[in-house]
Amino acid sequence: MSVFVEVDHVDRVFPLPNGGSYVALKNIELKVRQGEFISLIGHSGCGKSTLLNIIAGLDKASRGGVILEGRQVTKPGPDRMVVFQNYSLLPWLTVRENIALGVDEVMGHRPAGERKGIIEHHIDLVGLRAAAKKRPGELSGGMKQRVAIARALAIRPKLLLLDEPFGALDALTRGGLQEQLMKICEESNVTCIMVTHDVDEALLLSDRVVMLTNGPESHIGQIIDVEIPRPRQRMEVVNHPSYYSLRNEMIYFLNQQKKAKLHQSKKPQVVARNGLEKVNLEIGFIPLTDCAPLVVAQEKGFF
Amino acid sequence: MTTQIESRRQRKVRQNSPISLIQKHSPKIIRPLVALAIFLVIWQVLCLSPASNLPSPIKVWQETWDPLIIKPFFDNGGTDKGLGLQIAASLGRVAIGFSLAAIVGIGLGILVGSTQFMYDAVDPIFQVLRTIPPLAWLPISLAAFRDSQPSAIFVIFITAIWPIIINTTVGVQQIPQDYKNVARVLRLSRQKYFFKVLFPAAVPYIFTGLRIGIGLSWLAIVAAEMLVGGVGIGFFIWDAYNSSRLSEIILALIYVGVVGLLLDRLVGFVASKVVPEEQK
Repeated sequence: MSVFVEVDHVDRVFPLPNGGSYVALKNIELKVRQGEFISLIGHSGCGKSTLLNIIAGLDKASRGGVILEGRQVTKPGPDRMVVFQNYSLLPWLTVRENIALGVDEVMGHRPAGERKGIIEHHIDLVGLRAAAKKRPGELSGGMKQRVAIARALAIRPKLLLLDEPFGALDALTRGGLQEQLMKICEESNVTCIMVTHDVDEALLLSDRVVMLTNGPESHIGQIIDVEIPRPRQRMEVVNHPSYYSLRNEMIYFLNQQKKAKLHQSKKPQVVARNGLEKVNLEIGFIPLTDCAPLVVAQEKGFF
Repeated sequence: MTTQIESRRQRKVRQNSPISLIQKHSPKIIRPLVALAIFLVIWQVLCLSPASNLPSPIKVWQETWDPLIIKPFFDNGGTDKGLGLQIAASLGRVAIGFSLAAIVGIGLGILVGSTQFMYDAVDPIFQVLRTIPPLAWLPISLAAFRDSQPSAIFVIFITAIWPIIINTTVGVQQIPQDYKNVARVLRLSRQKYFFKVLFPAAVPYIFTGLRIGIGLSWLAIVAAEMLVGGVGIGFFIWDAYNSSRLSEIILALIYVGVVGLLLDRLVGFVASKVVPEEQK
């Protein structure tokens, strides 16, 4: 297995204004093969976008680093193109000019005719032929996201990073765009890392789903292999026998994270009885039979 | 039944008749005219007695009709010129001073806004200098330039430059991090970043600064000309005061106000053409 992107023991610590520090990510280790589609899933605030920014080079890890094709990632670049959550289209440029901004910059050495062809091909690819001359202010959310995807794909990146690309869209638009993205990724064999909240979207699109624990100090909790064969159809994928068991695994993990967070926020209460101080101890999660000695002790009245 | 329908038809006003036009624009035309008429009547009543200090509207009209109102471009040599020529001279000075202020102000504003170092260094100095009233700069500039014309233009320059610099700085500083990230990922050259990202993002703020600047410039020139002299509306007002021609002052004030409004609207019009719709 040849590693295409490696996230090597990455830590990210943010200094706080009052002098302390907030550890957002702790010891993230991930190996991605070429052509793979990875989804990052976790609760809000667990550091998914931070991790994506570190992989893109927009942010620097406090410890560890990211290696792309054997070279360390230090600065952002067009070989790791990002599709931002807020589209980030320049509002004073038309759709065509927005895509051309990337293409002209990255492929400046190619003849103008070839670049124009690439731009037009990608406008058609996302189905925006009719809106090619419009400005972002005249487009709907789905159309803006399609422009962002076209701009990202037109420069033929080695690694495509998507930060909740379909989060702000309605279900119908989202479904259509997911299918388009799948088709494009299969045709061009692009390696993708996508951050998402949507469990079904992750199962539909990805080869592996990486689940992060809650912040602070979030690490990789679990990695799930999605064995559903490609090409996948949005309506058909739910019929696969392992779909719902995978889905349940992911939901169970996310629920455990939520419970862990609630437990963390509950402080131990001091209870005084019979002149003796009693303290409620948080021992943590003890799986079934391992807690037997403690249950016996409690029944016996030791504490 | 038939008679009722006919009278209804007769009562319906035709589409393009004057009454319907006035009715359509009534809020914007009729109401200001009515307010103006009431104001003129109050003014006339207050200045009715012959011993009043200020002339009434009718007196102003009679005294300035010939030659000031009907011959705005008469030229009898020296500073005895029609109001049209006086205002043109003032506008000329504003044009030179404002253009200089715009060029230097936008350039400095971009420089100061781009780097935190420059901003921290010069912002306190700017905050102090911008509160200095325009006329307070006049003695220094007269001493430096020794000629009244460049001094007046310098006063315009120093008045208009502060809003332009400050607004441009804010415009450059507020560029959303998203656009900067796009430029970083695409590795845009500094030149491309400037022309394609920084400048278009800051343009609405720059035009706000220009609009404020033109208003302040017009205020400053009238005041500066009173002290400096020469052909100009400010000196005309001061001269008329010294000769007790109060009606001419009032007429000149009206002209000054109208020209100031037109200047502001002009810059606003240019802004509406240059700034893309979505950014507003």
